[in-house]
Amino acid sequence: MIPLSWYLALSAALFSVGVYGVLARKNAVAILMSVELMLNAVNINLVAFWHYLTPTAVSGMAFALIVFAVAAAEAAVGLALIISIYRRRQTVVAEDVNLMKF
Amino acid sequence: MQLDPTTLTWLIPVPPLLAFFLIVLFTRRSRWLSHTVAIGLMLVSWIMSWSVLAQILGREHFGEEGTIIAAAQEWLPLGAEPLKMGVLVDPLTAVMLFFVPLICLMIFIYSVGYSNFQKPADPHDKPGEPPHNGVEPLYSRFFAYLSLFAFGMLLLCVADNLLLMFIGWEIMGLCSFLLIGFWYARKYDDPKQITPRQAAVKAFITTRVADVVMLLGVAYLYSATGTLSFREIMYAEEGHKLIELAEMASPIAGLSAAGLIGLLLLTGTVGKSAQFPLHTWLPDAMEGPTPVSAMIHAAAMVSAGVYAMIRVYPILAATAEHGAEHGLTPPTLVLATIGAFTALFAATIAVAQNDVKKVLAYSTISQLGFMLAALGIGGYVAAAFHLMTHAFFKALLFLGSGSIIHGVEHGMHHSHEHIDPQDMRHMGGLRTKMPVTFWTFLIGGFALAGFPLVTAGFWSKDEILADAWAHAPIVFYTLAIAALLTAFYTMRQITMVFFGKPRTAAAEHAHESHWTMTLPLSILAVFAVGIGWVGIPEKFPGLGGLLPNFFHEFVGGALLEHPETLEFSVIPLATSLVVALGGLGLGWWVYRNAWAKADDRDPLEAPLGPVYRVLKNKYYVDELYDWAFVRPAFWLGEKLFSAFIDRGLIDGLIHGVARISLSLGLAIRDWVDIPVVNRTLSDGSGEVVKAVGREVRVIQTGRVQQYLVIALAMALVIGAVLAALNGVALVGQ
Repeated sequence: MIPLSWYLALSAALFSVGVYGVLARKNAVAILMSVELMLNAVNINLVAFWHYLTPTAVSGMAFALIVFAVAAAEAAVGLALIISIYRRRQTVVAEDVNLMKF
Repeated sequence: MQLDPTTLTWLIPVPPLLAFFLIVLFTRRSRWLSHTVAIGLMLVSWIMSWSVLAQILGREHFGEEGTIIAAAQEWLPLGAEPLKMGVLVDPLTAVMLFFVPLICLMIFIYSVGYSNFQKPADPHDKPGEPPHNGVEPLYSRFFAYLSLFAFGMLLLCVADNLLLMFIGWEIMGLCSFLLIGFWYARKYDDPKQITPRQAAVKAFITTRVADVVMLLGVAYLYSATGTLSFREIMYAEEGHKLIELAEMASPIAGLSAAGLIGLLLLTGTVGKSAQFPLHTWLPDAMEGPTPVSAMIHAAAMVSAGVYAMIRVYPILAATAEHGAEHGLTPPTLVLATIGAFTALFAATIAVAQNDVKKVLAYSTISQLGFMLAALGIGGYVAAAFHLMTHAFFKALLFLGSGSIIHGVEHGMHHSHEHIDPQDMRHMGGLRTKMPVTFWTFLIGGFALAGFPLVTAGFWSKDEILADAWAHAPIVFYTLAIAALLTAFYTMRQITMVFFGKPRTAAAEHAHESHWTMTLPLSILAVFAVGIGWVGIPEKFPGLGGLLPNFFHEFVGGALLEHPETLEFSVIPLATSLVVALGGLGLGWWVYRNAWAKADDRDPLEAPLGPVYRVLKNKYYVDELYDWAFVRPAFWLGEKLFSAFIDRGLIDGLIHGVARISLSLGLAIRDWVDIPVVNRTLSDGSGEVVKAVGREVRVIQTGRVQQYLVIALAMALVIGAVLAALNGVALVGQ
């Protein structure tokens, strides 16, 4: 049986890829995708811990499901925002959207 | 319908009170309704009083227990015995009920004419000033006050205890204040002449001084005996209460409780009946309208003082051996002394007065002195008798003087002179101008002088002199001289006013008053003559026994022991004949040709010299009081209390507190508020936030990824710190 640590390692790797993507990509759509990666890394974590540590309780699965729902909603809202920004400024580059400063 | 006399007695004082409220609340706009209500309800009171009298006069041995009318209601449930209020009709009350309502009624009727009801309103008249030639502007108010006055008097008469009597007494005090100051706006050119307003205040304060002392006596009596009822104190159990009181020691050495109470109550009378040294208010009370003077002098006010003294006489005379026996106790001694002295003192002043009402005022003081002196030497019946006869003839004289003044004022209106219509020097020859006034005034004057045999004043004064002769010769001599002077100044007044030739055009044009004024004069004149016949001594030569000495029997019944009938003595009789006729004759002889002109000098002025000046200035008692009491009071008020204590001390204290608060506030502002609170705390914190914001705003770039980097870095740092701490903790374990 595959030990828990492998799953954790996978999850960490996936999360790191997501963090990198969020911080380094210029394209807002890519940043959004990276956020999805990070959320899914968390999901792996949740499910793995549930399966190995408390298989009788459903809380791990339930959390994973909630994260799916949040991810879906976030993607929808995020894409809508990006489209809206693009319509106004003809760009999806995150660096160019810097009006929110002092 | 025959009402139960007890119920009727309760009701006697009510109608005038009702009249007062009716006039004040409803009828004051209508002059006709107001005086109709006042006179009508006074008439009801009079009828009730006399029907009570009619029922009790038929009773055998009236005055003994069981025959009198006495009823009381619990009023104040206080202490062991509830305080009771009630009515009492014994022979003494009966005498009062005989003359008080009648004289009040006469005065009410007279007031209609006096206030010029028959004339239209004069547009020049102002409220609070005497009318010039129109109807009195405050006509309804006048009757309202008179009604309240009558209520006070009747309440005092029927009261069965000292407290209720005192209440009536004080109501009268209030009314006399209101009525003396009725022409409150009147001013005189001479600043020294007392105005009605000042006279009212003077009367009120003077009597108040005495009343406070009297109230002390009432309170002391209540604490000593536990009751204030006349009958329980003086007549119950053969006077045991009185003996108890006479044996009880008082806080003042040498005086029994009865003695001290007597002296305290007596002080109230000295004030109310205007005896020396509290007599000064009464002559000034002449500033009121003349019916008021009559009301004060005859019907109600001053005689109330004498009535109170007669009523509490058993206490005054109480000795340890006998409940109430003739003999001098401290209070009766004081009473006799003050009475006799005042009788002479006031009579001498009256000789030198020129104001027609002032003469009568001093004669009232003098006559009240007669009564109190008589009472002091044990002449209980004589005092009551003179009280009654005096009430009639003095009411007559006052109303007569009002009529005279009215006549002269009318003359002034014709002649357009500006003279004092009350000054007798401006009159003269009014005999033919005002015949009814003249004859009635003559009757009243002769009664006052004690003209022998026909007038009431003779019989009552004779009885006083007889009592004085039998008990205290020195009082007798004093009163005899006073009686001589009384006859003298009465004749002087009559001569000055009615005889000779008119000395001014006003007197020339004077004419008789309205019938509402002359009718009461005529009725009172009948009583001033006839009322004396009820008290003719039985042993009087010739006349004695023709009529039974009804009065002596009757009033004597009010006491526990009937006073003995005096042996007839020719000396007091001869004396009263000589002084009355001699005084009248002397007055006529001195004044028959005096005063051809208004500004002539008094014939007595030259022979008497400085004495005359002293008399004319009333022994300077007013000046003395002004110097001894009024000025110090003003000085105390203005200099000490107002200037020093009030403005200096108290205001200074307040200003000081204010000044301290102010500087404290300024100090706090300058040293705490501005530097610490404003500069440091509020402004300082603002400045700090501003500076910090200026420094750190560079990290807000608006670039999301930069923020995320920072967030990540911080998360890593925090995570590292936590891990390190945990590691330390783990190592520690």
